Amino acid sequence: MNLLRFITAGSVDDGKSTLIGRLLYDTQNIHHDQLEVLRKKHQGNGHADVDLALLTDGLRDEREQGITIDVAYRYFSTENRKYILADAPGHIQYTRNMITGASHVDLIIILIDARNGITEQTRRHSIIASMLRIPHLIVAVNKMDLVDYSETVFNEIKQAYDAFARQLELKDITYVPVSALKGDNIVNKSERMPWYKENTLLQYLEQVKVEDDFDLDTPRFQVQYIIRPQSDELHDYRGYAGVISSGVFRTHDEVLVLPHHITTRIQSIEIAGKQVPEAYPQQSVTILTTDDIDISRGDWIVKKEAVPQIEKHASATICWLDDKPLRSGQKLLIQHGTKRVRAAVSAFHYKIDINNLSRTTPEGELKKNEIASVELRFATPLVFDRYKERKKTGAAILIDENTNNTVASVIFE
Amino acid sequence: MYKPDFLDLLESESIYILRETAAQFERPALLFSGGKDSITLVHLAVKAFAPGKVPFKLVHIDTGHNFPEAMAFRDELVKRYHLELIVGYVENTIKEKGLKEQGGKIPSRNWLQTYTLLDVIEQNEFDACIGGGRRDEEKARAKERIFSVRNEFGEWDPKLQRPELWNILNGKIHKGENVRVFPISNWTELDVWQYIKREQIELPALYYAHERDLLVYQNQLIAVSPFIRIDEHDKIVRKRVRYRTVGDMTCTAAVESEAQTPDDVIQEILTTRISERGATRIDDKQTEAAMEDRKKAGYF
Repeated sequence: MNLLRFITAGSVDDGKSTLIGRLLYDTQNIHHDQLEVLRKKHQGNGHADVDLALLTDGLRDEREQGITIDVAYRYFSTENRKYILADAPGHIQYTRNMITGASHVDLIIILIDARNGITEQTRRHSIIASMLRIPHLIVAVNKMDLVDYSETVFNEIKQAYDAFARQLELKDITYVPVSALKGDNIVNKSERMPWYKENTLLQYLEQVKVEDDFDLDTPRFQVQYIIRPQSDELHDYRGYAGVISSGVFRTHDEVLVLPHHITTRIQSIEIAGKQVPEAYPQQSVTILTTDDIDISRGDWIVKKEAVPQIEKHASATICWLDDKPLRSGQKLLIQHGTKRVRAAVSAFHYKIDINNLSRTTPEGELKKNEIASVELRFATPLVFDRYKERKKTGAAILIDENTNNTVASVIFE
Repeated sequence: MYKPDFLDLLESESIYILRETAAQFERPALLFSGGKDSITLVHLAVKAFAPGKVPFKLVHIDTGHNFPEAMAFRDELVKRYHLELIVGYVENTIKEKGLKEQGGKIPSRNWLQTYTLLDVIEQNEFDACIGGGRRDEEKARAKERIFSVRNEFGEWDPKLQRPELWNILNGKIHKGENVRVFPISNWTELDVWQYIKREQIELPALYYAHERDLLVYQNQLIAVSPFIRIDEHDKIVRKRVRYRTVGDMTCTAAVESEAQTPDDVIQEILTTRISERGATRIDDKQTEAAMEDRKKAGYF
């Protein structure tokens, strides 16, 4: 059984909560007592059935204001897969939450209300999906029941989205006509749309090949923690603990330690204290080297055939997430994986309009939810990749040194 | 082809979070409740730092309403892995602060734990506390970050959470603040049991079917103990039960069960129709936003 992380984007009005509720309900991932709570609440409102949207209903503040204030995570499983679903709100002011949720996923579902077609919000979510290079995208055309399950309506939306998506860097796009409310083509095949012969939404989720997205070619490992037992029997043990971000590492491999450019060999690789011959992406491992060299947290172990960038400056696309705007020249901290160094935003290149990708000249500051291409300078050289080449090593965050808040997402261009 | 199993991925993510905690904080602690989730955490921590020692102290907030089996298990575990244990006694907090205990038939000290926890954090200057909370347990938990920053009063503000992007964890805090760390955020109850089975993790016998005297109270089965008030007309039954969560004797209810092994439990979860907290938590039933309120006040 493997794991798929995905996100649903859309607003309450597109029926996003109902869609999630329907997925959980039709895969039998809703429990008896949760249904009881829903029925009880619903009777209070004078409605009859269970309202599936209420299943994803969150905190009291949200219920009172009828909004979703943050990313919530839902879990369900089938016999085939475990699913982690990031439920991101669709309001304009919450672009930050969408980016947060979307930064973890392999797939995004973009919901479109069949009656409205592509909206400003659809465009915004798609641009974010493209910017973050989410490998798989499903366009769920919802509320088909309200357009008489019309094939023409579905095809028109499909063509319009296709034309729009061509300007973006979206790869694997799939279209499914659904009615979350009535349960059409979510888990079960709809009898009301005989013209649609393809998979249901869940069938697509079940079949998406996430293992193809692993980069096995370019070895990257960042040191997270140094294990030194300093006991009598393990006197000289010095293990570099961390996660393999990409590529495969094997015992006896010749490796390069960055940013110091020291060449050494892998003596052994351990997982939980047990030796393994090789290690793959996403595995938490401990690497021991043959030479006794000084390696610290944040350093990289790579191979000399494929060396990343090592620079004191970089062009990056950033999304500002904080209430207090970013000023040009502002000093911050950048955290790239486990490495944290001082940084400055030395120049604004251009601002990107998230509604149409047009570029404008920034006026000296970047406000919350705004996206811009900027020049970053670092106090010490940073080892990184271009995001479009390797996502795991091509992304970072900015931290405000005063408030300690995470204030921006960073994608190295 | 490389095809990682979901349990390997969950384990690896948890180990990453535990190592990140050890690297980013000066005085991290692991909050140990005696339940299966915190036992799983200890197991993960042992794996994360092998062959070295676990670099966290264990903290147990003792309500005084313990299951004796869980206490014996805790002490055994501490010895086996050469851990250091700090116990905060709710009883002492009640005396020192002159706190009023909840009355009624089942006087839970669950809410009072928060005071003891905050005291222990302050006295030991812990800057990070690792807990076994999972996002699938409850809707307030579903919105919490992996590194969840609390102010100096231990309070959680759901509207002011730091965005967590990619797998980058920002644990930078001001003096006096602390971070609650949830390494198994993305695990479900079923995942935990499948992991317990795979790793052959030992649990207190309470988690498997055993015979016990129980008070039937508001459709829940409460262990008969000196901590609850039993009246003449109360119905006491003897049943084969197990616990799905183990807090203390006044905050967790038992479920009828014949499950004797992790496999049996997994089968039971797959067929059962009551979610974990709904079945067994006496404390969450009080109001719909009970967990949200307790978290805002500094609870785990």
